[in-house]
Amino acid sequence: MKKLLTLSLVILLIFSLTACQQKPAEPAPTPEPPAAETPAEETPAEETPEPAEEPADEKISVGLVTDTGGIDDKSFNQGTWEGVIRYAEENNLVLNEDYSFLQSVSDADYIPNLSQYADQEVDLIVAAGFLFEKAIQEVSTNYPDQKILFIDAVVDAPNVMNAVFAEHEGSFLVGVAAALKAQEAGKDTVGFVGGFDFDLIQKFEAGFEQGVWAVDPDMKVLVEYASGFDKAEEGQSLATKMFDDGCYVIYHAAGGTGNGVIKEGKDRATEGQDVWVIGVDKDQYEEGVYGDGTKSVILTSMIKRVDEAAYIACKAVAEGTYQGGIQVFDLKADGVGIPKENPNLTDEWVKTVNEFAEKIKAGEITVDPAPVRVKGN
Amino acid sequence: MKKTLKNSHLMISLVAVLASFLVAILVMLLTGLNPSRFFVALIRTFSGYDILRGNFNPRYIGEFVQVSLPLILSGLSVGFAFRTGLFNIGAEGQLIMGSLGAVCVGILFPMPIYLHLPLAILTAALLGALWGAVPGFLKAKFGVHEVVITIMMNYIALYLSAYVIKLLPGSDNQKSADIVASALLRSDFLRSITANSRLHWGFIIVIAAILIYRFIIDKTVFGYELRAVGFNPFAAEYAGIRVNSRIISSMIIAGAFAGLAGAMLSLGTFDYGRVLSHFENYGFDGISVALLGGNTGLGILLSGLLFGILKSSQTMMQSLGIPLEIVNIVSGLIILFVAMQYGIQALLKRFTKGKEEEDGSV
Repeated sequence: MKKLLTLSLVILLIFSLTACQQKPAEPAPTPEPPAAETPAEETPAEETPEPAEEPADEKISVGLVTDTGGIDDKSFNQGTWEGVIRYAEENNLVLNEDYSFLQSVSDADYIPNLSQYADQEVDLIVAAGFLFEKAIQEVSTNYPDQKILFIDAVVDAPNVMNAVFAEHEGSFLVGVAAALKAQEAGKDTVGFVGGFDFDLIQKFEAGFEQGVWAVDPDMKVLVEYASGFDKAEEGQSLATKMFDDGCYVIYHAAGGTGNGVIKEGKDRATEGQDVWVIGVDKDQYEEGVYGDGTKSVILTSMIKRVDEAAYIACKAVAEGTYQGGIQVFDLKADGVGIPKENPNLTDEWVKTVNEFAEKIKAGEITVDPAPVRVKGN
Repeated sequence: MKKTLKNSHLMISLVAVLASFLVAILVMLLTGLNPSRFFVALIRTFSGYDILRGNFNPRYIGEFVQVSLPLILSGLSVGFAFRTGLFNIGAEGQLIMGSLGAVCVGILFPMPIYLHLPLAILTAALLGALWGAVPGFLKAKFGVHEVVITIMMNYIALYLSAYVIKLLPGSDNQKSADIVASALLRSDFLRSITANSRLHWGFIIVIAAILIYRFIIDKTVFGYELRAVGFNPFAAEYAGIRVNSRIISSMIIAGAFAGLAGAMLSLGTFDYGRVLSHFENYGFDGISVALLGGNTGLGILLSGLLFGILKSSQTMMQSLGIPLEIVNIVSGLIILFVAMQYGIQALLKRFTKGKEEEDGSV
């Protein structure tokens, strides 16, 4: 036994030694970057020398900080990041040089991550999610000249641009779609899963139920809330419960937690059950694909154009039109809505949804941002 | 004899850290990453100096010290219980309760700073102590294993704290109202000298806690008895030490350290109470800190700082293109190697023996 242990340690040591020997060969690139780096002082440290040759007059640098959901949360952070990417690709920005992201492991990381970019003097810091509120307050005060795009909540500082969305309007539309689908199947119950029970997510719930009831006032809307946005297992168990209780369509506004809802929907659809899930924030059709890859459990998605907000802010910075304050992205401003392609909706339903959308835009229908459940209290 | 024992633990810890860095280098090479960047990030995190661009920013130093503070305290908590032969897996829950106590006093009872701040900190220590006392009592009275109880107490603390914080005036579903400034450890002076890092006065409490830890363990009869119980409870009992009472006191003191760690978070790092939906692992990190530090005051200080550097280097790692998971790999490996201490000891012995023979002298 002891011999075995010694042996394994010796092997480890040998490994370590080879690692040591390889190391001197490796640092070669390190002395390089500072040399290549000097012309572009502002950009974060990375070692791709080519872009320095291009004329860098209107190039901007962008840094995105994610919340604890991570960059690939298939929803919020990812959507914002895609907006940054879209701008970056149109303007030949280089990944990890002109634009990059930092992921936060816990909420204690928000301030250091934001400060890191502020110290690097990037032109624009993008942060998505109300969880950043305190951190952005702090950092916008510490770095009064730093431009910050804050998506989804409001920090009142002259250097912060706040992008807020009319989620209740978009949710109304998917509510309409859910009700139409349920009516067709002869079902009378749909459901909503929120990531966390507070006013922002309640807007989703409110719009959804109003949309459902605009089509069929007798339809039941079950509502469940999870305890966070990064709990896929919890989302799945909530979905299990709701599907078992007879929900035909579940609309989730729960970020990473919602991935559990989608998974449960997919599992059931694979087994031949007729259930549907409505995605949130971005078109989640791809996440819902099951079986041979031609079908998706995602009925439609409530798109929150966080990418549009990120894109517009990047553009504003480049064009010098950036200003702090609140920017509302509602149905009229194309900030919320359903995807262009909806393979699971009939053309007729899409037409109905669009009619409702027009009515909301024209002010004929006003969507209340507070759900009945809350108003009743 | 005592000295060599201490030295050998120091050696084990150093070897463990070194070996885990080497393995991490290997992992980075295998995955096509540049390991030198890992060290650039580490150096920047603890010295504030950026090798690549040659500039200096004291914010990094302030941040890593700030991150280390709760880790050191929870390390003391785990280490203290361990000296009495107890596994305090409950540092996490004790920390959450401490944090809750500090938040409650900080929000509900505004008063002059010279009363408010000490009271908030004291409440944190007391609540942590209470949370440690329960498993200690159950262990002493009914022989229930402390690991089981402390794990369960963690969950009670997590959800109880979420519930209570939501009840406080001005709370929403994710955080409480701001804690009254007179209860905060926040220091504008420390911030100003570290370029707006979140460094706070808590470091004084941490230093005091380390001194108290050393004093109790090494300099008092009480501490001697605790250690005796840790070495062999049966022998201790035979020698006339009241083992059960010592178990309870040990858990109470351990809980108080963890409670203080909670105060660091809610009164220092943040200035509001947070509704946690999951554990943040400060308490569990404390286990690693105590293990690496060999359960001694100085050792825990050093290993707490090391884990603080690793933890706060994640930002810098990412911006240099090193995935933040590498840091987790390193922390995990350190514990793995420390746990292999007998192997390392044997190896060390062999090396030193060989050397001695070569030198021909002892």
